[in-house]
Amino acid sequence: MSYQSHADLGGRPNAEPVRPEPETELFHAEWEPRALAVTLAMGATGSWNIDMSRAARETLPDYAQSSYYRIWIGALERLLAERGLVAADELAAGRALHPPKPVARVLRADAVPAALAKGSPTERPATTPARFRVGDEVRTRAQRVNHHTRLPGFAQGKRGVIEIVQGLHVFADAHAQGLGEQPQWLYRVAFSGTELWGNDAAPGLSVALDAWESYLEPAA
Amino acid sequence: MSHDHDHEHSELDEMTLRVRALETVLAQKGYIDPAALDVLIDTYQTKIGPRNGARVVARAWADAAFRDWLLRDATAAIASLGYSGRQGEHMVVLANTPQRHHMVVCTLCSCYPWPVLGLPPTWYKSAPYRSRAVKDPRGVLADFGVTLPEGTEIRVADSTAEVRYLVLPMRPAGTEGFTEDQLATLVTRDSMIGTGLPLEPAR
Repeated sequence: MSYQSHADLGGRPNAEPVRPEPETELFHAEWEPRALAVTLAMGATGSWNIDMSRAARETLPDYAQSSYYRIWIGALERLLAERGLVAADELAAGRALHPPKPVARVLRADAVPAALAKGSPTERPATTPARFRVGDEVRTRAQRVNHHTRLPGFAQGKRGVIEIVQGLHVFADAHAQGLGEQPQWLYRVAFSGTELWGNDAAPGLSVALDAWESYLEPAA
Repeated sequence: MSHDHDHEHSELDEMTLRVRALETVLAQKGYIDPAALDVLIDTYQTKIGPRNGARVVARAWADAAFRDWLLRDATAAIASLGYSGRQGEHMVVLANTPQRHHMVVCTLCSCYPWPVLGLPPTWYKSAPYRSRAVKDPRGVLADFGVTLPEGTEIRVADSTAEVRYLVLPMRPAGTEGFTEDQLATLVTRDSMIGTGLPLEPAR
């Protein structure tokens, strides 16, 4: 079956307004902070990486109909089931029915501040020279791929300019598939509005995104 | 997302039970420390939020050397104020100018600079924002009640990797002699995403 992300929304027709919110409005139901916390705590066990989480979320069949924390919970249940950490009958019963499987780490309360302050940096020491330099003109890959990727559809097959060389970073496409980190050079690439949207692009618009080296070829 | 009230109500009940069941099973299996969940929630409710980012912006407005450092190596400059880590491991700061206004989005999910802004607001994660920001940023700004001069370029930053972006808005006029604390009160969350502008000082 082919990989289908429901999350690639950039440039899709959408007539709904964006609804601003006050800064203090963090959650809209009491279960939402719990959903956030269980997701972060299970992420800290090392049973999967962030790219696997994103892949699990963006391929949920009910993605478009779901609120964001509902998507997080759906993906968390899926990741747990796929690894045999929690079975469906346990979720239905609301209690553990099978012995636990070992996990690499358990995040204890007193370790939370240090774990958050450290995060999970993705930059790796440079082992190869970067193929592109600031100012180089590049073209993004035009073909779709059959796995998680971070090149949005609206920026496929487009001509842009390298603005920043961001360093060597864990390659999300490989990392999401369990193929290891396979770090690649990452670049900030800027595109004109007309390159992305044609002649009726908004005046004065440009868009920049981060693209791994294998997404890019020198522009002919 | 449905706007049918009964549906929303039943979804809340369903999700409350579903999350509670999950939390119980995970704790019984020893995968999570229930006390850690409370610390995580408290952290994002009381310690890590947009006031952190406001301090970064206020410092940049008040101190030209810090501003230069922030634009050259945002990760280190921001860490010097004590903000680092999860979802802000690699930071880049985008300075607004009279010629160019920056707006940050994540069209593919909801990537957001947590150490300086906290958790993303609902609209940032919503389909309308993620769909429209890269194509019609002035239309999005209008939803926030913001109109930029006609000639201002708009640069939209899509957060597609693990680099996170913070907008450095322009310092409002009439703030000469303000302390950093006073300046920080003018910095709104939305002005650091690029969907808003800083507050004007009271006269």
